[in-house]
Amino acid sequence: MTALKAAQETARDRDRAAGHSAAHAGDRGPLVGQPIPRIEDAALLTGAGRYGDDLPVKPGTLHAAILRSPHAHAELLGIDPSAALALPGVAAVVTGAEARRFASPFLVGVKAPMEHWCLAVDRVRYLGEPVAVVLAEDRYLAEDALDRVAVRYRPLAAVMSVEQAADPASELLHPTVGSNIVNTRSFTYGEPGRVLAAAEHRVALTVHYPRNSCTPMECFVVLADYDPAEDSYEVLSNFSGPFAVHPVMARALNVPGSRLRLRSPPHSGGSFGNKQAVFPYIVLMGVCARAAGRPVKWVEDRLEHLMAATSATGRRVDLEAAVAPDGKVLALSLRQTEDCGAYLRAPEPASLYRNHGNLTGAYCIPHLAVVNRIAVTNKTPSGLNRGFGGGQLYFGLERLMDRIARTLGLDPLDVIRRNLVPASAMPYTTASGGLLDSGDFPATLEEAVERGGLAALRARRDAARAEGRLYGIGYAAVVEPSISNMGYITTVLTAEERRKAGPKNGAQASATVAVDPTGGVSVSVASVPQGQGHRTVLAQVVADVLGLRFEDIRVVTDFDTAKDAWSIAAGNYSSRFAGAVAGTAHLAATKLRDRLARLAAGQLNAPAGEIRFAGGKVFAAGNPENALSFSRLAAAGHWAPGTLPDGQEAALRETVFWTPEPLKAPTDGDHINSSACYGFIFDFCGVEVDRVTGQVRIDRYVTMHDAGRILNPLLMEGQILGGFSQAVGVALYEEYAYGADGRFLSGTFADYLVPTAVEVPVPVILHRESPSPVTPLGAKGAGEGNNMSTPVCIANAVADALGVDTVSLPLTPSRVAAVIHGAEPPRPAGAAVQAPRVSALPATTPDGRGMKGEGSRAVPVPPEQVWAILLDPKELAALLPGCEALQLAGPNTYRAEVVVGIGPVRGRYTAEVALSDLDPPNALTLTGSGSSALGTGRGTGRVRLERTAEGTLVHYAYTAEVGGKVAAVGGRMLDSAARLLIGQFFDRLIGRAGGPATPAGRPRGQPGLLDRLLRLLGIRR
Amino acid sequence: MPIMNADTRHPVTITLNGRSRTGHAHPRMLLSDFLRHELGAHGTRVGCEHGVCGACTVRIDGVAQRTCLTLAVQADGRRVDTVEGLAPEGRMTALQEAFRRHHALQCGFCTAGILMSLSDYLERVPRPTEGELRDMLSGHLCRCTGYAGIVRAVMDVTGASTEVADV
Ligand code: FES
Ligand code: FES
Repeated sequence: MTALKAAQETARDRDRAAGHSAAHAGDRGPLVGQPIPRIEDAALLTGAGRYGDDLPVKPGTLHAAILRSPHAHAELLGIDPSAALALPGVAAVVTGAEARRFASPFLVGVKAPMEHWCLAVDRVRYLGEPVAVVLAEDRYLAEDALDRVAVRYRPLAAVMSVEQAADPASELLHPTVGSNIVNTRSFTYGEPGRVLAAAEHRVALTVHYPRNSCTPMECFVVLADYDPAEDSYEVLSNFSGPFAVHPVMARALNVPGSRLRLRSPPHSGGSFGNKQAVFPYIVLMGVCARAAGRPVKWVEDRLEHLMAATSATGRRVDLEAAVAPDGKVLALSLRQTEDCGAYLRAPEPASLYRNHGNLTGAYCIPHLAVVNRIAVTNKTPSGLNRGFGGGQLYFGLERLMDRIARTLGLDPLDVIRRNLVPASAMPYTTASGGLLDSGDFPATLEEAVERGGLAALRARRDAARAEGRLYGIGYAAVVEPSISNMGYITTVLTAEERRKAGPKNGAQASATVAVDPTGGVSVSVASVPQGQGHRTVLAQVVADVLGLRFEDIRVVTDFDTAKDAWSIAAGNYSSRFAGAVAGTAHLAATKLRDRLARLAAGQLNAPAGEIRFAGGKVFAAGNPENALSFSRLAAAGHWAPGTLPDGQEAALRETVFWTPEPLKAPTDGDHINSSACYGFIFDFCGVEVDRVTGQVRIDRYVTMHDAGRILNPLLMEGQILGGFSQAVGVALYEEYAYGADGRFLSGTFADYLVPTAVEVPVPVILHRESPSPVTPLGAKGAGEGNNMSTPVCIANAVADALGVDTVSLPLTPSRVAAVIHGAEPPRPAGAAVQAPRVSALPATTPDGRGMKGEGSRAVPVPPEQVWAILLDPKELAALLPGCEALQLAGPNTYRAEVVVGIGPVRGRYTAEVALSDLDPPNALTLTGSGSSALGTGRGTGRVRLERTAEGTLVHYAYTAEVGGKVAAVGGRMLDSAARLLIGQFFDRLIGRAGGPATPAGRPRGQPGLLDRLLRLLGIRR
Repeated sequence: MPIMNADTRHPVTITLNGRSRTGHAHPRMLLSDFLRHELGAHGTRVGCEHGVCGACTVRIDGVAQRTCLTLAVQADGRRVDTVEGLAPEGRMTALQEAFRRHHALQCGFCTAGILMSLSDYLERVPRPTEGELRDMLSGHLCRCTGYAGIVRAVMDVTGASTEVADV
């Protein structure tokens, strides 16, 4: 049976089970464990969902647009908002000055003097960093005004890789820290040094994990208001938690937590961790509301999101293993260098420490050495992203297992088998302190091999190879941590620092179950769901406990920090729902039921222990006929509290806080159980690589999960399918790519390639259930596993197909083709000598956003006259297409205002232009740099005037590059824009010099490509 | 098309899900913003505003189109159907029901656009093969579901071959 058929049969079963209010605890067994369709869907399918941007705003609300840095790294010299403020409808422009006045920098998780403000104050450290906010009557007007905010920058060298960050000569992002490696910690567990030294084989490997992100379809939304009478902030946003960040926001706004009220909308358009990164904008919009004295609304757009919202960390991992001849790993050394971007934004450096207790994965490796380094680079700050830290870790670890097999001539599957933690060792304490709570890894693997059809897949590979095709099989075995220990992040501190700061641990979850005066039951939790279906599962759980129907339970998940029960671990992350939140709701419902049972005991004349709840009735186990109605019993607490037996409280509402027992603070030896539960995943897949194009096709993918008890198989399958799909993107398509100078190259959904329905296959999903002894219901998290296992499983398969040792993500056709065929030769030189030749710059800008070109044009006047035109600012202004103003800024230096459109991207640029190396009337150099809200450009052009019989032959050669949104239009469009601009420039020059009329000149003031020209000629960048 | 003053709000009247609705829009206002913020029809979502994700899809005179690439004034006088109009009496269509049964949505942000594209597509191609269907769906991005439930739901209602090759 195919997975699909199986799914369809389950779908039919579930219709029978849940179609018509028949879902009833007690009738057909518990609701928990059944594939019940979701309560949430009716609203979402009919357009009745209420997401952040749908909610009403208060009258007088201002709409915010954020001016963002066009530079990856620059000093911020000054901001002049006057022209923006002069536009109609603009109420205020908020800059770093207001941030300094009303806010404080965010707290940082490591001991290093780094300051991160909600708005740049004196320096920008990543492209897209907020620099100013325009507040206007509507969003269109606010965006118009962005172009009018004049910002002066002094660009600095950008640090774009962890290797560069580690170079002491690199430009410092945070000079007060003194290094771009802002934290280093070393850990030794057991005797890794001795074991490595004595090992028969040592296998080493270095991997790089790229930056990427799960990009939820809904972007960030913040509605903020400030109440001066109360000195308090009220914010509605789609922030997803963790609410450990709430104190960070309150501190940044200089108020106690009680004066920062956060609420969440009823629906969220997905998060996958990413909406943790809403928090700096909550602070920013709080400052804006306070500065403007009016409520403020901000909705992030997709370009902003891709450029500057958040990202998974990039990571370099240098691994080395001591290996016995049979493939058993005796000791492991991990040297991890984390690319956290420009700032360490809370809860970072969590990405690096989230898996600290399970650094040895699913394997029994007693000796472990770890060096963790945190690098800052000129990229968007990193943050939560599904699989958090696991994709990075396992890409190294599972590539290493594969490498060990290849080095020793063993079967990769046998190497995995030989190293798995045996069932007899469970629960197993890892070298670094993790407690793998349950499961039988070897048996689970064998079941997957059997049921997933590995033998047939191997035969398929052999057959494909016999035909000369490139076919490979990959494996990955991982543990999937869930329910993060709030203390794991403090592992980045030394034991001494931790002692000073006080212990941190646990993972408090909360749930409230209440009955109303009609006997109805409601549940509220602080899990801030992002589309998973928490309401459905909670209704299942609570209905079971109280013996009610599924639809009798009303679940409210809109969250309000001022009214709901919550603690720092609240929120939607670390796969904590099934284990922690649903479990806590179970505890709260049970507590309420037990209280009701005591009340019923008196009325039914039976001991409380014998009271049963089923079918909406309450009765004694031995006498079901004599039953009370649940709603009557429950409502009595509201209507007739005077009738309660002495010493009994009414059963109206129970709130339970629960924290997993095994979550302790790090020990002095740096042992940390970083998560409450650990699921197990074993994946294998077959891929075929197209020999010509390098395209990877996933032929078959099998993923086996043991995530403890399954609460709702339909929803769990949805989580696996969704995570798998994102992981396919990570493996094959997605990367937040940057140029060496910090330009961002993935600025639209046409550049950042999210897989579509034609790219994502349906995997075979298999399950085992080994209940967790840690959580109330035995459930573990399941939603992140494939984000951890699948990228490396596919990479292992591609390495097998190609027979190579090194593969890097994403495995795009061009990257794979380069492995097969070698790197592409450079583009052949252009043809026409007289025509401008524009070509992609080699090496530094392989993306085509950098250009260079050369050419020559005849001008019918002698060089002296050309020279005079070029050096006269008025003349120069007239030559530059789109130039609206050109002012002298110094000797041979100009400041120009230009409006230029490249493809769909049109913007106003402020440019600095300088003429240098003057050799009158023979040669000069034009350099320029410019920026706008849309991007940056810079360039240099050498102009040589050759005297000819007809006048002058003007030779020019230039290099230019652009960044920001403008760069997103692509190299081809930039090239043609460059040609056009240069053409216009010379047409005008010839016109000014009294030559034939200019065919191509546009009327002054009309948006032109002028700016490009300037940049291309190096007149401005 | 009449010449319009960029600085003036112009009346725009559309037949929205069968009812005439009038609002005002500057000529540059996107239809997505007009529907959502001028008429308060929030069921249509925006996920990218550059024409890639498909979340903002509605039917204009029956044809599925992206409202983030359409100006409000271009829709003047035309019929616009959105997700709110699919289940007029609160009874979901067979396709909506199938979406629910097959867990074809999680956060639901992409769903309105996908339903609107499908309502147009399935009128023209009532029994697509899975390959054809996936090809059509590739104009939409969904970050939550991996598309499997969506494909299943459509195959279920069309009664077409459900022999999806799992891999
Ligand atoms: S919002 Fe229109 S296609 Fe994405
Ligand atoms: S259901 Fe969330 S994007 Fe499709």
